[in-house]
Amino acid sequence: MEFKMQTRKLEFYYGKVRALSKITMGIEEHQITALIGPSGCGKTTFLRLLNRMNDVISGTHLAGDVLLDGQNIYAPQVDVVEVRKRVGMVFQQPNPFPKSIYANVAFGPRMLGLNNKAKLDEVVERSLRAAALWDEVKDNLGKSGMLLSGGQQQRLCIARVLAVEPEVILMDEPCSALDPLSTLRIEELMRDLKTNYTIIIVTHNMQQAARVSEWTGFFLLGELVEYNKTGEIFQRPKDKKTEDYITGRFG
Amino acid sequence: MIKFSPRLTQKLAWGFTWAMGSVAVLIMLLIVGYVLVQGLPVINLDFLFSSPEGGLAGEGGIFSCIVATLWLIVTTMAILVPLGLGAAIYLSEYAPDNKLTHFIRYSVELLAGIPSIVFGMFGFAVFVLALHFNYSILAGALTLACLLLPFLVRSAEEAMKAVPSSQREAAMALGATRWQTVTRVVIPAALPGITTGIILCVGGAVAESACLYVTMGGSAGMPTSLLSGGRTLAVHVFYLAMETNALDKAMATGAVLIVIIIAINLITRWVSRYLQTRMKGGTSYGV
Repeated sequence: MEFKMQTRKLEFYYGKVRALSKITMGIEEHQITALIGPSGCGKTTFLRLLNRMNDVISGTHLAGDVLLDGQNIYAPQVDVVEVRKRVGMVFQQPNPFPKSIYANVAFGPRMLGLNNKAKLDEVVERSLRAAALWDEVKDNLGKSGMLLSGGQQQRLCIARVLAVEPEVILMDEPCSALDPLSTLRIEELMRDLKTNYTIIIVTHNMQQAARVSEWTGFFLLGELVEYNKTGEIFQRPKDKKTEDYITGRFG
Repeated sequence: MIKFSPRLTQKLAWGFTWAMGSVAVLIMLLIVGYVLVQGLPVINLDFLFSSPEGGLAGEGGIFSCIVATLWLIVTTMAILVPLGLGAAIYLSEYAPDNKLTHFIRYSVELLAGIPSIVFGMFGFAVFVLALHFNYSILAGALTLACLLLPFLVRSAEEAMKAVPSSQREAAMALGATRWQTVTRVVIPAALPGITTGIILCVGGAVAESACLYVTMGGSAGMPTSLLSGGRTLAVHVFYLAMETNALDKAMATGAVLIVIIIAINLITRWVSRYLQTRMKGGTSYGV
């Protein structure tokens, strides 16, 4: 079976420091893949390579390939803007724009040139519904997105990504700034979303990885130590380091 | 050394800063109050709407000076704002962090410290003489734009740099180009800071006299085009104080200057607030 995304011997350097070494990994379509590991293990760096968000950091370079539907997204003729439309991202800290809820969700479509009011309304409603936020905000779409609670802000950010209709959604510790209830809602949301999207989530929370994902990759010191079905990783880890980490012996 | 208790130190510090704050406000009120008290009684419609006639008694009013000042502000801003914002956007959003950009920033800072009359001499040599603009509003506006450019670049760049990078990342992760990120996210968020920079530039333009004297000339005639000379209100105050004995009219002109600056301040603030709500919203659900 063809992977939705795939990395081949991916290496990444900040200056001379190697942050990732030869990561080869395949991401299954319409599944949730979790990346776990202690702080500084390279999992966020890896995630940001999947939609070229590290391009803007000066003094970095990479080796190896990142494939999206079999095409290398770092090939010279590839338009980075096009890549980011297909591979959206949700960040650790909710970062809505200081604009209305409506304008936040409509940001992407407007940027792509959609100005028809009826169509925009439709996209905004569909995205907010998909992000399980519609019922809470439908009467207040003009309110600033900054005035929502943290959990609502993060769902707004997810709606904002959905409005661009990406194929893959990268989530960088999306719940680390949220309370347990909001976390639960985001996890439910992820399970709903995977029917239409491929999701890759970086998380510090091993229970979260176990709860939501089909696949789990364990990163340590810039290496992918083990990558397997989530059940296998948590019940029958093959590597001693994985076992030590998931049983809480370090990290 | 005497040791005070923290509580006493706190009280002393509060008292000291309060006193300094009060002195600063008092000085401002004193100056503005003095000029307004001395100047306002002299102001009437005739004074506002007739032009200076010259003479030792400083006959006439200040109408042509008001007109020249407004022309100058508009022309200067038309040159200055695009240049300044363009440079600030480049420095804040596009420029790589290398020796060249450090040098550019350093030059900008250095330029901001040069006395205005030096800019005046540059303007006189280049715009008035070499480019044959003569004593004109255009020459004055170009000179002022050079003078104020470093300040505007600096303040606009600071305002844009203060926008959190998470906002830029959010936009870029949605597939925004650099330029879309700048125009749809960075500038709207930085608008209050940018506006403050522009207000201060307008204030600087209104207050400047020395470098305008050598580029716009001192002609009190009514300006008819960008190429006519003119006398701004600030230059007129200088003229009245030095060449005539009409000190009351100098004060009155000063009072008009103060009122204009306050008005510009209010208008710019209002425009900024309007622009900001428009950029933020633009929804079909109101707001």
